[in-house]
Amino acid sequence: MSDAHADDIRKHVKTYMMVFGTLMVLTVVTVAISYLHLAVHEAIIIALAVATVKGSLVALYFMHLNHERKLIYYTLALTVVFFAFLMLIPLATVSDRIVQRY
Amino acid sequence: MEIPYTVEVRPDTGLSNGKLGVWLFLSSEVMLFAALFSSYILLRVGSTEWPHGYEELNVPMAFINTIVLISSSVTMVMAWASLKMNDFGKFKLYLGSTILLALVFLVIKYFEYEHHLVAGEGPWHSTFLAIYFTMTGLHGLHILGGIIVNGYLWGPGAKMWKTEPERFTNRIEIAGLYWHFVDLVWIFLFPMLYLL
Repeated sequence: MSDAHADDIRKHVKTYMMVFGTLMVLTVVTVAISYLHLAVHEAIIIALAVATVKGSLVALYFMHLNHERKLIYYTLALTVVFFAFLMLIPLATVSDRIVQRY
Repeated sequence: MEIPYTVEVRPDTGLSNGKLGVWLFLSSEVMLFAALFSSYILLRVGSTEWPHGYEELNVPMAFINTIVLISSSVTMVMAWASLKMNDFGKFKLYLGSTILLALVFLVIKYFEYEHHLVAGEGPWHSTFLAIYFTMTGLHGLHILGGIIVNGYLWGPGAKMWKTEPERFTNRIEIAGLYWHFVDLVWIFLFPMLYLL
């Protein structure tokens, strides 16, 4: 393995440590926010936003999605579509008349 | 028969077969967990009352577990980076740490489960605990799977480093992709179940 390559990896390692620090801070932030006992809607939006940032950091840096082959992006794009669809299914209950009666 | 494209990339995909394979597997895993996330939303929206996670569950324990799992993701990626830098000793140290942290996660989870079960509050107790046990149980099985695979790669599987170092490095990379995914799922499970 060439020295230039090893240098590249050393740079990566620095990035990993920065991501690690950020993830730790965001974990504390998530828990701290929960102690504020915000209204449910606000709490959900903030908690999911922080979790999304954390998840993205893991995916981009630890899973190397910041520089990956196109085929993997295509596969994941398709997965995102199906994922979004599955998340929207519960919305169908809004039009459920039995639920509305209560 | 020799498994093709374990080291060199396949010309049409631009990837080694193992890497593409693990990403396809992870895509199916996303859908598996998505089905449960969707069920959670459906159950919560459809119920007349839903407890705050922090009233039912032990937040400090789950907070420590979050720290443990994120740390294990870092040691996992460092295990791969160590192989890339030709440092097998550090690789053993980092992958060993990953396995130990995963075990710590399961031990803490065991104490959480025990607390509920001793009080007679199993998954049958409420809808909240039913989805809690289902989701954390499935996640826990993934942790266990990761321990088995990483344990093999740390122990007997590590012999491959001497004969086919690049192939072994690729194995660690894809085992890492799986492990980071398990971490990623927990990053969402923690606030969803414990904090909201």
